[in-house]
Amino acid sequence: MAQALESDPEFEMVLGMASRNPTVALERTDFVHADQTYSIVSRIVRATRPDTIVHTFMVTDSTRATGRALHETNVIGTMNLLAAAGQAGSPVRQVVVKSSTLIYGSSATDPAWFSEDAVRTSAPTTRVEKSLMDVEELVRNFAEDNPSTVVSLLRFANVLGTDIVTAISTNLSKRLCPSIAGFDPLVQFVEEDDVVRALEHVTRRRVPGIYNVAGAGKLPWSEVAALCGTRLLPLPPYGTRLAARPLVQMKLLELPPELEILLRFGRGVDTSRIAATGFEHRYTTAGAVESFIRALRLRRTVGQARPSYTYEHEVEQFFRRSPSVVSHADN
Amino acid sequence: MCLPRSEPEVHTPPRLQDVDEWGRSERVRTIVRRVYSPVYKHWFRVEWEGLEKIPKTGGALLICNHAAAIPSDAPVIMHGIEEELGRAVYGMADFFFRTVPWLGTAWSRAGGLSAHPDNALRLLRDQGQLALVFPEGTKATSKTYRDRYRLRRFGRGGFVEIAMRAGVPVVPIVCIGAEESMPIVFKLPTLAKIINVPYVPVTANMLLLGPLGVLAYFPSKFKLRVLDPVTFNMPSGQERYSKSRIMDEAENIRNLMQETIYEMLRDRRSVLFG
Repeated sequence: MAQALESDPEFEMVLGMASRNPTVALERTDFVHADQTYSIVSRIVRATRPDTIVHTFMVTDSTRATGRALHETNVIGTMNLLAAAGQAGSPVRQVVVKSSTLIYGSSATDPAWFSEDAVRTSAPTTRVEKSLMDVEELVRNFAEDNPSTVVSLLRFANVLGTDIVTAISTNLSKRLCPSIAGFDPLVQFVEEDDVVRALEHVTRRRVPGIYNVAGAGKLPWSEVAALCGTRLLPLPPYGTRLAARPLVQMKLLELPPELEILLRFGRGVDTSRIAATGFEHRYTTAGAVESFIRALRLRRTVGQARPSYTYEHEVEQFFRRSPSVVSHADN
Repeated sequence: MCLPRSEPEVHTPPRLQDVDEWGRSERVRTIVRRVYSPVYKHWFRVEWEGLEKIPKTGGALLICNHAAAIPSDAPVIMHGIEEELGRAVYGMADFFFRTVPWLGTAWSRAGGLSAHPDNALRLLRDQGQLALVFPEGTKATSKTYRDRYRLRRFGRGGFVEIAMRAGVPVVPIVCIGAEESMPIVFKLPTLAKIINVPYVPVTANMLLLGPLGVLAYFPSKFKLRVLDPVTFNMPSGQERYSKSRIMDEAENIRNLMQETIYEMLRDRRSVLFG
């Protein structure tokens, strides 16, 4: 995201903040370490007076964080961020929040396509969904209290792509991937480039509102697995959790609760609203799957494909601050 | 993450299956039609009247009276229209189907989907397809033999509202014969509650044929009549429509269908031979 933003000269300064080091080379983005709950954000806002905050650290995969860490990062992190953005005399004119279509849940009573206004038909049962409900509530309140700030909330479908690692991508890159016997749900994906492009789009155009972001079309889970060259391992439709537990412990598969319900009923979201703002997805669902497979094939053949970048604080500081570095702007 | 690459705009990679966004597969439909054809022709000996009233193009909401413990009318109508007119029919049913393993998937691949208003709207307005609904819902399939030709309440008239919003006609179809193909003698409400299904019927088929009767239909003669399409003089795309207008229209259609049922029963000499 920062890479995309810094390439645009319209943005005077880009400041990155995360609890981990950046994994890609950043040209002119300043980087600050933060703790899990981003408690430092308020001081940073006061010090740097940004006019836009892009909030992308939401955890939407419960295998990536423990229950507590997930709550801290998503709910408390968002709370701190919005508090910072909403403080008296705040210079912030736009807040962009990355959410997920997990917010709609997945159940038999669902429509085949959710619009942004759809109300979920079943109560949230998983931690991620509950935390996202809390987060969106915070964002809604913030938008109400700060009518002069542009608030954009993007709900992304499950992300697949060249680099991202999620429970789904882990499962699909193995020989066996879980399914629930008797169910072959239709699933929808968004390619990671489209994720960045969508965030960039709403940031640049200052588009307020809630938008679904997902590749066009849906694919049956069995077809996704077949495309990725993995076999389906059908888990019993009843007592799925129990049957999966030993397999999860043996690291044969990953089955967070939000994936289990997805594998039963699937989910689709309608993206006509973001399309109306002028955003065009570059990948369809099938395209996202293909992009993932191509990266997977390369990884299988040559190992970790891209020479991975390591962030070194001193080096980056040197390039950004030292007077002996010739600035690009001068050339 | 990396910079947007200069790739061709939205290219669509080849698919392995032909499952569409509703879960329907034309390949599966073809197999189902081949298997079902003898049942349609020789068991139920289906006869249509007024099939030409179903639009050849564009969206239309087909509605029909509903009967038999395991409804036999939906497959007959879907098969008939697909064979005769060559148009796909999406059968909309209770979401309960989706929760049943295997059955739910099979139903979906064979052109079924859950009767959610959003689904109907997208099918009819955006895609101009034929959607088949049974406005009586499970109230109809769970009725016992005595009430078999009495139409139940047409839900809350939701079908009229959807048709208005989508700007498509409602095409009423009356079906005679399904009622006798699997009549319910009595029901087991307590068991239904325990295993969490809409109803547990004990059918005449079960009593006569034993376990085979769970799935085997009686060979009653099927007669179907398509009534004139009903169009509403209403602007489409409204968020809400007058409830009284909706209820009136729904009631009119229901009365018309009930009258037609009696009319067709007057002409019927025998349940088995029509």
